[in-house]
Amino acid sequence: MAKMMYRDAVRNTIFQEMKRDDSVVVLGEDVVGGMGTDGGPEAIGGIWSTSTGLFAEFGADRVIDTPISESAIVGAAGGLALSGKRPIAELMFADFIGVSLDQIWNQIAKFRYMFGGKSRCPAIIRMVYGAGYNAAAQHSQSPHAILTGMPGLKVVMPTTPADVAGLLRQAIRTDDPVIFMEHKALYGVQGEVPDDPDFTIPFGHARLTRAGEDVTIVATGMMVGMAEQAADTLAEDGIGADVIDLRSTSPLDEEAILDSVEVTGRLVVVDEAPPRCSLATDIAALVAEKAFASLKAPVQMVTAPHTPIPFARELESAYLPNPDKVEAAVRKALSYN
Amino acid sequence: MQLSREDLLGAYRRMKTIRDFEELLHEEIATGEIAGFTHLYCGQEAVAVGVCEHLSDDDKIVSTHRGHGHCLAKGCDVTGMMKEIWGSREGLCKGKGGSMHIADTDKGMLGANGIVGAGAPIAVGAAMAAKLDGKDKDGKLKVAIAFSGDGACNQGTTFEAMNMAVVTNAPAIFVFENNHYSEHTGYKYAVGTSRDIASRAEAFGMKVWRADGTDFSAVHDTMREVLEHVRAGNGPAAVEFDTERFYGHFEGDPQRYRGKGEMDRIRSERDCIKNFRRTVTEAKLLEGSDLDRVDEEVAKTIADAVAAARAADRPTAEDVLTDVYIDY
Ligand SMILES: Cc1ncc(C[n+]2csc(CCOP(=O)(O)OP(=O)(O)O)c2C)c(N)n1
Repeated sequence: MAKMMYRDAVRNTIFQEMKRDDSVVVLGEDVVGGMGTDGGPEAIGGIWSTSTGLFAEFGADRVIDTPISESAIVGAAGGLALSGKRPIAELMFADFIGVSLDQIWNQIAKFRYMFGGKSRCPAIIRMVYGAGYNAAAQHSQSPHAILTGMPGLKVVMPTTPADVAGLLRQAIRTDDPVIFMEHKALYGVQGEVPDDPDFTIPFGHARLTRAGEDVTIVATGMMVGMAEQAADTLAEDGIGADVIDLRSTSPLDEEAILDSVEVTGRLVVVDEAPPRCSLATDIAALVAEKAFASLKAPVQMVTAPHTPIPFARELESAYLPNPDKVEAAVRKALSYN
Repeated sequence: MQLSREDLLGAYRRMKTIRDFEELLHEEIATGEIAGFTHLYCGQEAVAVGVCEHLSDDDKIVSTHRGHGHCLAKGCDVTGMMKEIWGSREGLCKGKGGSMHIADTDKGMLGANGIVGAGAPIAVGAAMAAKLDGKDKDGKLKVAIAFSGDGACNQGTTFEAMNMAVVTNAPAIFVFENNHYSEHTGYKYAVGTSRDIASRAEAFGMKVWRADGTDFSAVHDTMREVLEHVRAGNGPAAVEFDTERFYGHFEGDPQRYRGKGEMDRIRSERDCIKNFRRTVTEAKLLEGSDLDRVDEEVAKTIADAVAAARAADRPTAEDVLTDVYIDY
């Protein structure tokens, strides 16, 4: 086991997989950084430092710095993938799916189906999502629900450095397009990462991070830490919570959610995105459909409000879920007998 | 330079206001008082001012993530902008937008933009509206201007907007500010082999101009020609200004991609404000003392704006829910 940051787990995993498999290539804006400047290639090495050193090791044909052209980046990843490569494309901010949506939605997500199952599109679109930096409405969003709703895509949202390593390696070795969502507020988080160069985590397997019998709390990404904090506070009052980190939203580990709710009878879903047609509503509907008889209380959703993301510090913190809101939702669920 | 004393002083005041506004932000950001991402326009003042001095509130502009200069040049309120960047509810956008999203539609300023390349299509729409509206009260055809960087010109949106403007003969003007960098990447790498943005616009069938964007009079004179062409109903046009950015891509950028001595050279040879001062005083158009007086007034304006921003009301949790719709 090596201790490393979330962002280093991204870079190390890509590095190891590029070494192992020549068909893995990286592309995106400033993934090299410094191209066409006096400072030269690798002057920066990726604005999130998730690609530093790759260019020096693998060269310009495999570490492709692109112009600001998200449609072309995602589309090219599709073309590379259909041609036998394993591209890892980077969108610097998940918000920029807006620019490349056709290539994600109508192209890479649908190739296999439209072509009668005869093609493979092992493309990864890595994107940096989430709020917490007062980066306002166009640089803070969590568009996982939109992407989860697109058949043909797998959507992965790691929370810990170990999960980054296991899930990203899995994504690179997967033959379908994968949306790999990295939360910008988690990049500096430290954790142990297994040394095994073949360490993978299959998609669709949630991680139970706290165990308890009174309530089930489901979360992803930065919301997992909030759920855990709330669970720890509640434990002081003798309230036990299962905290489930989904790890991927497509495929979704339905069993983990349903099994837990069957025991606890109470569900709180924590989601960083606005509430309508969201991950929170999706999970609430799943439980209403398949575990209705187990429920002792209405499902509680802790989400952002139905608004774009505001800029000012006070506004962004009011916008985001937090441990207090999760705790209150749990207490509300417990208030039903 | 065919400008009166008053016009020259006005132009200088606007350029200096942008410079001081941003130098101050540069200092304040280092103290952690300002939240979010801030991209400074310092160095490019001659472009925003040289373009916008020709415009009225009826003419529209659409800006970029580096929008403070465009906003100030188009007449947005200095204090309102400062409060916005401070995240106050008294800010021009109630603290909801911040640095990257400042707008004031009454001034014809249709918004800074966090999405690179998003502005050009919006400007084409504004130009179509201008065509529908016909002439303004002075009998002039209104225009809409899209400011874009060298990086933004690589987005499909920019290409689509240029073609659509030509097809619809819309009075749109594409102003490309080539400051040689998109984030940390040089335009020599990212703008393909021609390394010339204007010729791309030319390929869409537009008349194009090129000028030194660090020379106020070159920008101003060029824009006069561009506007004469477009206001005469000849359809869209494009202009590429060669300019410089004095700070990093965003505040906090270590700028390791810059060449040795590059910043010193730019600051000494390509400072549009220093060069303006030298030109107008050498030509005896203005006295150094006239300019010094403007400097003092601007310094006071900025200091007052900051004091007001610090003292202004902060937003509250309820404010998160307002302004999503007019009614729902
Ligand atoms: C669609 C989109 N892609 C990428 C970015 C990240 N980004 C912000 S500014 C910028 C560089 C823009 O360069 P340029 O257009 O030359 O403008 P400049 O920064 O030089 O003013 C990039 C890549 C973004 N905000 N939006």
